[in-house]
Amino acid sequence: MDNIVYLIFRRMRRPLITLLMVYSVTILGLVLIPGEDAAGNTHYMSFFHAFYFVSYTSTTIGFGEIPFEFTDAQRLWVTFAMYAGVIAWLYAIGTILTLVQDQTFQRALTESKLARHIRHQRDPFYIVCGYGETGSALVRGLTDAGQHVVVIEIDEFRSNMIQLDNLRLYVPSLHGDAQKPVHLQDAGLQSPYCQAVVAVTNDNEANLKIAITSKLLHPHIRVICRADSHDVEKNMASFGTDYIIDPFDTFATYLAISFQLPCLYLLQAWLFSGDEAELEEPIYPPRDRHWVVCGYGRFGKAVYHRLRQEGLDVVVIEAEPDNTGIPPEGVVQGRGTEADTLIEAGIERACGLIAGTDNDANNLSIVVTARELNDDLFFVVRQNHSDNSAIIEAVKADIVMHPSKIIADKIRVLLNAPLLYQFISLAYYQDNDWACELVARISAVLGDRAPVIEQVCINDDRSRAVSRVLARGENVKLGCVLLDSWDRQTRLNCIVLLMERHNERKLLPSEDTELKKGDHLLICGESSAFTRLFWNLQHDNILDYVRTGRVTQQGWLWRKLAGKKPR
Amino acid sequence: MNPEKVVFGFFIVLSLTLNFGFFIGDIDDPDHHHVYELFAVLVVNLIATILKFGDRSQLGAVLLATSLAAMLQLVAAALVWTVAVHVTGTGLTPAVTASIVSLSGGAMLANVISVILLIIETVMLRR
Repeated sequence: MDNIVYLIFRRMRRPLITLLMVYSVTILGLVLIPGEDAAGNTHYMSFFHAFYFVSYTSTTIGFGEIPFEFTDAQRLWVTFAMYAGVIAWLYAIGTILTLVQDQTFQRALTESKLARHIRHQRDPFYIVCGYGETGSALVRGLTDAGQHVVVIEIDEFRSNMIQLDNLRLYVPSLHGDAQKPVHLQDAGLQSPYCQAVVAVTNDNEANLKIAITSKLLHPHIRVICRADSHDVEKNMASFGTDYIIDPFDTFATYLAISFQLPCLYLLQAWLFSGDEAELEEPIYPPRDRHWVVCGYGRFGKAVYHRLRQEGLDVVVIEAEPDNTGIPPEGVVQGRGTEADTLIEAGIERACGLIAGTDNDANNLSIVVTARELNDDLFFVVRQNHSDNSAIIEAVKADIVMHPSKIIADKIRVLLNAPLLYQFISLAYYQDNDWACELVARISAVLGDRAPVIEQVCINDDRSRAVSRVLARGENVKLGCVLLDSWDRQTRLNCIVLLMERHNERKLLPSEDTELKKGDHLLICGESSAFTRLFWNLQHDNILDYVRTGRVTQQGWLWRKLAGKKPR
Repeated sequence: MNPEKVVFGFFIVLSLTLNFGFFIGDIDDPDHHHVYELFAVLVVNLIATILKFGDRSQLGAVLLATSLAAMLQLVAAALVWTVAVHVTGTGLTPAVTASIVSLSGGAMLANVISVILLIIETVMLRR
């Protein structure tokens, strides 16, 4: 706000002084020039009358000649005064109008509005740097879940587009280069309410710089970065970036999971994708014959290495092998969109095809061509732009890999429930039957509703009643707090996926587990179950009921009547 | 030499000197305090105030504040004069003159502070 006031004052100096000079000269002239009263005596105008007269003539109001009719000498001076006054006013008003339309002024206005909003922000918020494909998907996911976000975007057009995107919450968007510390500070990096910084610009260097700045200026903040190259990842890790996400490695890992544990892949896709999630049928990627990978860029390489680790034979098709490098088995040169390249790669004998070029049209063309040659193929398609969702869906690939969405989902999970991430890593070491059973259990609990994932901490703040009981030296079993407080014979529709206690993590803890202070629980369930669960954790009476089945008397009178001593 | 500083200093000092000129004399004698002088003080003070607009330094802010205080006093003095002569018709009685002059005296104090601040700024400027 200060900026704007100063800006206006600075620009207004000259017009104001002009106006003042015109006023004082004309007033002085009117006072000095002798006039005549009705009787013909000499009369000098007072300053008050002169000021009044000049005020209404120079603003073109014009009430007539006061206090007496003017002499010709006075009229001569007044003629000059009128023109000078009107011009001075036009100049002043014109300057103000120019100022209002000025780009600098407009920007100062937006910036001050934004700064005020961020200063008055009293809820936790995240800073998202970069509002491209990933950024917009992430921001939508976060705001849909009711979380506040501040966006920094280098492109003015996209930064303005945010307000048109129909997000559930107001998202302040700062137009600027997030690499510059001042923009991060403007976005509220040093605010105690800032929870995390997410760097998802398309520039590795920029993400790196954002991570450094954030870690230096606000050391306790969580920083999540996108990185496409292993060099940058190492650099980011070296100064404590909390999570580094490589879209291609991430997808390659997902693909590996889908090979080894199809049910876990299913579960992960279901839990990660948020509100619109639907449980799909498990997919079983074939592994009996060789796979064809089109495109040997960053995506292709990551997938290639994973497939090789799975012990599969892979044939790579690449249009420019000189730029991308050549895998040890050699490469089939071509784009993969024409039938002869695909035939050369042995598409008729293959069991799966991965269309992984960075061009959506080519990927579609590859799938369509390959399907004509071999109908039984398992298709994995890389989607580069979210605008193309409709056509990509139309080719009915078995797996669609959309890097932006993958990162956005993953970051959302990391921000909301970091334990879910730990859960998947631990579940990776279980076998497929275990995962299938878990999927069956969760879907039995949820029915066809979308899963809600919450992370609950046993502490004084979020679970007051439990803390109080624990402080008295009594114990609380995990199974108790999962009972319905309306009727403790029924259980809430939720499942505890993971319990973390002093860096020790336990998958699917049993109901007999006793809760301790500082425990973190990862719970998956339907949304109404959480309302009841939080009552159980927070409210003394309700906790007593679900623990013991008795309804205790809380009021002083009722406790007296029940013959108990007040606690 | 910075011409902006010259103009700035000139108006600040001039507003003090003019103010002093109007203030000096018997406090209740209208003959010692001319209306033209008050007009000049008012105009010069206004110019000085506008010149201080938009200065973002701490000293600039204090200078603007002193100028605004002086302006308030001078406008009050001019209003008292106008009301006494034109509205109530009391004319410049010793009581009215005394209040006008004492108001301008207050403005002079603010102008003195302005000049002192200007001197401090000059002294602190190391070159």
